[in-house]
Amino acid sequence: MALLEVEGLKTYFHTEYGLVKAVDGVSFQVNRGEILGLVGESGCGKSVSILSVMQLIPIPPGEIVAGKVMFDGQDLVKYEPNGREMRAIRGSKITMIFQEPMTSLNPVLTISRQLTESLELHLDMDREAAKERAIELLKMVGVPDAARRVDDYPHQFSGGMRQRVMIAMAISCNPMIIFADEPTTAVDVTTQAQLLELMKDLVTRLDTSLVIVTHNLGVVARYAQRIYVMYAGRIIESGLSEDIFEHPRHPYTIGLLNSVPKLGERHGARKLVPIEGLPPNLIQMPPTCAFLARCTHKVKRCQTEPWPAMRAVGDQHYISCFVDIKGK
Amino acid sequence: MAKKSTDVSHNSDAMGAAVAPPHHSEWRRFARVFFGRKLYLIGFIIVVILILVAIFAPLIAPYDPNTNDLPNKLQGPSADHWFGTDKLGRDTFSRIVYGTQISMEIGFIAVFSSAIVGIIMGLAAAYFGGWVFAIIMRVTDAMMALPGIILVLLIAGLGGRGIPVVIFALGFGGIAGMCRMMCGQALSVTQNDYVMAARVIGMSNWRIMLTQIFPNAFPPLIVGLTMGIGGVVLGEAGLSYLGIGVPAPAPSWGGMVMDGQAYLLNNPLVSLIPGVAIMLLVFGFNMVGDGIRDAIDPRLRGVL
Repeated sequence: MALLEVEGLKTYFHTEYGLVKAVDGVSFQVNRGEILGLVGESGCGKSVSILSVMQLIPIPPGEIVAGKVMFDGQDLVKYEPNGREMRAIRGSKITMIFQEPMTSLNPVLTISRQLTESLELHLDMDREAAKERAIELLKMVGVPDAARRVDDYPHQFSGGMRQRVMIAMAISCNPMIIFADEPTTAVDVTTQAQLLELMKDLVTRLDTSLVIVTHNLGVVARYAQRIYVMYAGRIIESGLSEDIFEHPRHPYTIGLLNSVPKLGERHGARKLVPIEGLPPNLIQMPPTCAFLARCTHKVKRCQTEPWPAMRAVGDQHYISCFVDIKGK
Repeated sequence: MAKKSTDVSHNSDAMGAAVAPPHHSEWRRFARVFFGRKLYLIGFIIVVILILVAIFAPLIAPYDPNTNDLPNKLQGPSADHWFGTDKLGRDTFSRIVYGTQISMEIGFIAVFSSAIVGIIMGLAAAYFGGWVFAIIMRVTDAMMALPGIILVLLIAGLGGRGIPVVIFALGFGGIAGMCRMMCGQALSVTQNDYVMAARVIGMSNWRIMLTQIFPNAFPPLIVGLTMGIGGVVLGEAGLSYLGIGVPAPAPSWGGMVMDGQAYLLNNPLVSLIPGVAIMLLVFGFNMVGDGIRDAIDPRLRGVL
């Protein structure tokens, strides 16, 4: 039984240029304790998907038009976005880590105030107990001299340290799921590796599920057990990490993997092949498969039939494509 | 030189390796910028003196501000009457001292009450957006279309006069500006990730507005508040000068300027002194406002 089950989620944005179907029928599930990767290029709807799950989409212009988000036997979409039920879940059972550590902390409050906020809110701790816990959390995420630094302000922390604080905030109430939206994009590669290792250790220790949303294939390859690949507001391929990387079946995933170098590959052994063209405009989506215009494997069926539903091509491996690509 | 450097290292050894790096206190930095410039310092001193004068007016003023002494009317400065006397022989110095009370009272109460209302409206407009925003903005538009002077005339016409009416009229006029300022600030603060982070941890709307948005949006408004006090005092003086402000016997500076108007050629001090008092107060508050703005402006950090 999956911990979180998203079914047919559709989130549209009403803009002055027209209806933007940012997420158009996304389904995925998160199992207990697993690390999941949600990959795709910029603007494909990764962030909007998880923001919809947490009901943090700005309404208007956004709107969750359809879909179910089943968590703990409840359909989260049914709740008022900032109502009591949703607030009780956010921060305590499902939390999130943001991309930009420099702006994710309130500059006028001490680290302690920001860490204790959710403890007091969700776990009913008193000030002192919460502060003790805050120091403990900072130690867990590897902030040196935690007892003293807890009273510092965010501007006294470096970017990497702030992201550690964000991680501490995310794990503070022992959540069941942590969404990490491009958690390491804004920090340098060394810090990135440290933070990812830290997150991996923590979720393993706390038996928490981690959903890493990223455009960085290296990150998911190293850490995720299962992967969902998104394109133009839909999931087009999903499967176990090894399957996706070793035997990708969707032309987009294949193209994606051909366009990045692999570690250990001799320099110049293989030409990097970019995917031609641009992703479609989300306002004027073609009635067919959205990848069709850029696809190098297209067949006749692709031109006439609508975007195919996901179908199984292996154990836990699904694609949304008519074509069977073997070999590679 | 060499000796000095060894002294330093010895010193830090003595204090132990665990000595904390100096924490730069915000207040310290603020004070350095604020008091580092003569003009701001002068403004600050003027404001402090005026506040003290207002508080201790009964102790400072040598005479009762409203006691007539007709034989000694319209006298020049002397040992008995430092600033001379007016047309009814009242001691100008005492009237200026008591006038400080009136100006301060009106200035502070009008600005702070309008700030509270304006800030709540601005915060709500920015945070909730949509129709809340639209309604509040239209209300402020309507408020801006109604000049304070008309409002005072209206209330005066209905039979009300006095300090509360002036405070209400001038304060009412300030609400729209405060609301607009707060709304603008809050809109930009709301875009920050930490507001989203606050929602992620499940904070309620009110809490987010109070603990996340307000503290970050407020500092730039301090400048508006301080300068607003100068503006309100000026407005009060204007209304009193026109005779629709603080009613007659009370020693309002604006009213004093009007009283002295008839004697400008023979005895200009009667008008001039309250005029200078108004000027000093407005100057003082504007300088303090400028100083605060410079001191809290993060772009100037490190430079000064």
